[in-house]
Amino acid sequence: MRTDQLGAPTRDGRKSAAIDPRRPVPAHGRVGRARRQRRTRWMLVGLLSLLSVPFLFPTWWMATSSLKTTSEILRVPPTLWPSDPSLAPYRAVFDLQPFAIQYWNSLYIAALSTIGTILVASLAGYAFARIQFRGNNLLFVVVLAGLLVPSEVTIVPLFRAVNSLGLIDTHWPLIVIPIFGAPSVLGTFIMRQFFISLPLELEEAGRMDGLSRWGIFWRIAFPLARPAIAAVAIFTFMKSWNMYLEPIVYLSSRENFTLPQALTQYVDAYGGPIWNVQLAATTLTVIPVLVVFLIAQRQFIQGLAQTGLKG
Amino acid sequence: MTATAEVRGRSRPRSSWRRRDAATGYLFVAPAVLGSVAFVMVPLIAVVWFSLHEWNVLAATFTFEGAANYERMLADPALRQSLIASAWFSAGILVLNISLALLLAVLLNQKLPGTTFFRVAFFSPVVVSLVAWTIVWGFLLQSDGGINALLASIGIDGPNWLRGSTTAMVSIVVVQVFKNVGLNMVLFLAALQGVPEEIQEAATLDGAGAWRRFRTITVPMISPTILLVSILTVVGSLETFALIDVMTQGGPGNSTTVLVYYLYRQAFQFNEFGYASAIAVLLFLIVLVLTLLQWQTRKRWVHHEN
Repeated sequence: MRTDQLGAPTRDGRKSAAIDPRRPVPAHGRVGRARRQRRTRWMLVGLLSLLSVPFLFPTWWMATSSLKTTSEILRVPPTLWPSDPSLAPYRAVFDLQPFAIQYWNSLYIAALSTIGTILVASLAGYAFARIQFRGNNLLFVVVLAGLLVPSEVTIVPLFRAVNSLGLIDTHWPLIVIPIFGAPSVLGTFIMRQFFISLPLELEEAGRMDGLSRWGIFWRIAFPLARPAIAAVAIFTFMKSWNMYLEPIVYLSSRENFTLPQALTQYVDAYGGPIWNVQLAATTLTVIPVLVVFLIAQRQFIQGLAQTGLKG
Repeated sequence: MTATAEVRGRSRPRSSWRRRDAATGYLFVAPAVLGSVAFVMVPLIAVVWFSLHEWNVLAATFTFEGAANYERMLADPALRQSLIASAWFSAGILVLNISLALLLAVLLNQKLPGTTFFRVAFFSPVVVSLVAWTIVWGFLLQSDGGINALLASIGIDGPNWLRGSTTAMVSIVVVQVFKNVGLNMVLFLAALQGVPEEIQEAATLDGAGAWRRFRTITVPMISPTILLVSILTVVGSLETFALIDVMTQGGPGNSTTVLVYYLYRQAFQFNEFGYASAIAVLLFLIVLVLTLLQWQTRKRWVHHEN
């Protein structure tokens, strides 16, 4: 692009080249340079290792502390490995709250919103990309405008609406609103970008074979959209799995709680957290996502990067 | 769209097919469009309407008061404080997140041993749920928690991180940055891989040092990504709620009560739905203005666009 500009020696470039001792490279100098480069590389790896501590240590701490007794958790100096590992905190997780039900709540709410969002977003994304109808662009802008409205802005009217429909303390608002509201807006956008770049010939062939528009979408376009669907699925599932404000606003009974909300409820009679039990519950909620992530980390990271880039 | 125009031009379908096709189009977009109207547009209009009312649910009052809530906002010191808290929080997140994400991305873009491991390490907090991450850090940061225990083992007496107004703000910023920086890092990595190596090599031959190459080649070439990531990061930081509710509940005092948290308290703790709606309108306007502003200025500092 700008190679010629940068490739040509600039004023500054020449100046620094003149004082750069590495510029004329005699044979013995080359060896020193390689060694210096190797040293820099190891210094960079050391820097990266140091930087990774605050990213990895909390998860390690969480997992190991969930096996400790209350007194060992607070011991100084801290123990990196439990001296007498015990599964008692894990038993307490299920004794103090209907944790299994809460787990199931989070799972099925996230699964349903993900499936619903994929359907809504891929249908709309496909039509916006490929079907010509009056008002196509205008309607697309109407949908896209939703990206500018944070969900916190509309929480009061939505809460009043849910309340007047008698749906407080049910899971309906946590499933239906995300499917049709904010996450599906981003999903629609991602799907539209994908379908725009899909080769047209594939669909034409389908049409020659007498497929209806629905048939073209369902049998040709949708199956080909797997990468985009995966991105939307990851993004929607994570968003639902992590949802916090909405559950604490809409839900009031423990059997209906979702995981993020349930995690904060492991407190003693004085409202202080029971740390080992809370950390055991936290570990249990992290494991499935972390396992999926570690198995499919490349696709996972790319999928999220894609939604981030295109959102 | 050009794609559909092409279909029409090439195969000249009969008009009945086209009419039916248009009908299918409406059917396909209907759920998204109606959903967007019902769950975004109508609530947005409703929140503006509510903001013009005095509405206390406990007292069962709903009376039109015009701009009263907005006048109240102007005179409300707690709101002013929450705006200042939001500004500090967002500024801290923006600066720390973008610079750390860029640093990590540039480091991982070198051909170093263990790159995959580090990529996963820095990204892993993104998949840990926010509340889980926050609970662990809340534990580490309490006065007799892990961080202070580590500090004590080297003879330093650490502060009670979440109970001092300055340290509480710094703590939540840092916890949020560690949580999310991996995502921005991946976006920057993707952008860095689009920077042609020949340019870097040519500049190296011209004697440009690493920092100079970074400043004059890398940054300009990935500036569209920097812009996008900045917008996402600032808007995201303005919507931070769970982190604050779990970690500090807005305290100590009101030092970490950012705008969203103040809105939540007015609505769901004090049952002041009218006033909360006015705050929601303010939040919306701030997000809108920031997004449009960053978008408008993109031509000034963004190197190229696709």
